[in-house]
Amino acid sequence: MAGTDWNPWRRLLALPNESRTKTVIVAFLVSAISAVLVSSATVVLRPIQTANRAAEEQARISDLVRGIPGMAALLEDSGGTLSTVVIDLERGRAAQDITPETLDVALTDQANWTVLEAGDDLAGLGQRPNFTQVFLLREGEDISLILLPVTGQGYGGRIDAIVAVHGDMNTIAGIAVTQHSETPGLGARIEDPSWQANFPGTLIRDDSGDVRFSVARGVATTDYDVDGITGATRTSSSVTRMMRFWLGPQGYGPLLDAIGRGEF
Amino acid sequence: MAERVSYWSTLTEPLIKQNPVTLQILGICSALAVTTTMATALTMSVSLTVVITLGAGIISVIRRHIPDTIRLIVQIVIIASLVIVIDQFLQAYFADISRALSVYVWLITTNCLVLGRTETYARFHGPLPSMVDAFGNGLGYSLVLIVLGGIRELFGKGELFGAQVLPLADEGGWFTPLSLMLLAPSAFFLLGGLVWALRSVRSEQVEPPDHTPPETEPAK
Repeated sequence: MAGTDWNPWRRLLALPNESRTKTVIVAFLVSAISAVLVSSATVVLRPIQTANRAAEEQARISDLVRGIPGMAALLEDSGGTLSTVVIDLERGRAAQDITPETLDVALTDQANWTVLEAGDDLAGLGQRPNFTQVFLLREGEDISLILLPVTGQGYGGRIDAIVAVHGDMNTIAGIAVTQHSETPGLGARIEDPSWQANFPGTLIRDDSGDVRFSVARGVATTDYDVDGITGATRTSSSVTRMMRFWLGPQGYGPLLDAIGRGEF
Repeated sequence: MAERVSYWSTLTEPLIKQNPVTLQILGICSALAVTTTMATALTMSVSLTVVITLGAGIISVIRRHIPDTIRLIVQIVIIASLVIVIDQFLQAYFADISRALSVYVWLITTNCLVLGRTETYARFHGPLPSMVDAFGNGLGYSLVLIVLGGIRELFGKGELFGAQVLPLADEGGWFTPLSLMLLAPSAFFLLGGLVWALRSVRSEQVEPPDHTPPETEPAK
């Protein structure tokens, strides 16, 4: 009976479980079906997830601005929206022919990325885009607030945050963490409003222009420090390095200088 | 009729008598980590119950054709795929809760409870009894999580499901939150207390002193 059955599926099922052919085929089928399942779930659900993340980032940005004293009124005056500008990081000015809409496309081109030397790569990124999008709040002609997206390698994964800097381009007005995967209960406290409340008023650079900002070990002692997070030394120092990288010469340094000189 | 009774006992035994968390002390990593609020505890419970039930069903369907040499890998692949699908679903439709649960959803993959049920039960029983058994174990796990989550949220924040239940002293009430309840050790204390209470009432759950593992399989 078995010899007359030419249906390959039934012949496969009839094989003893220990046979090598069946082992390989079962392993292959299980992985293939699982792969299809996982991929289709990811593909089908991705648009919703992207929309969620974008909405969340928008919410955090407006929360950040509203949380800074005096900014809510200014935001209302400007029609409730921030102006979005794509920045050429190397030149420290607005990019010539890239708009926020074309930024994503531009960044798929490897030519628009700079590979970082190990010594410069404080934030652990490996490479840095040459163009990023920042948000400005103007009061008349003057810039009264600038929101700078920053990113860096944390303890558990990439940390994304937005730093708000006052018009003097040296005083931090606030921070919002938009994405992280730090240890819940320890490093994840970078999300806590009580910790983020340390940031407003902290200075970035000293008179000689060096970035002095850091997350202290323990309680902040100087104007350039914010309190550390107990039990999250690695996360704290990641935040320090991320901030120093992005506010330094490799990051937004040239832009902050240019704005400070009134060239923007 | 006899069938029905056995399904019913398969379903209800893991709730208290054979509870996977308090009797077998399985899956406590996530039980400790996600129980600071009811909302996360409930989401985790539902996710785990869905994964364990579907996983047991699928593995039970193909149980006669899983080669013994790769059976653990096959089971883990199936469970892991289900977990990823659930996680993607949570990220899409319950973004806030998904962030609060962070890595613990992925850790369902390695939850000994899930593999324990598929390895010891689903591999030897038909799809329906396997799914009933898995569902019962999922409910047993959920029960412990929800009890822990309820106690921790109530005494840690004076809230249940994010709604203020006990008036806080800061806001003119009488309740001072126990911050300890929001920290990981409190879950250990509570779970320990729960196990002690259960074993005081049901002395048959007490483990023999010579460290022989308790009989974890229902004797049917």
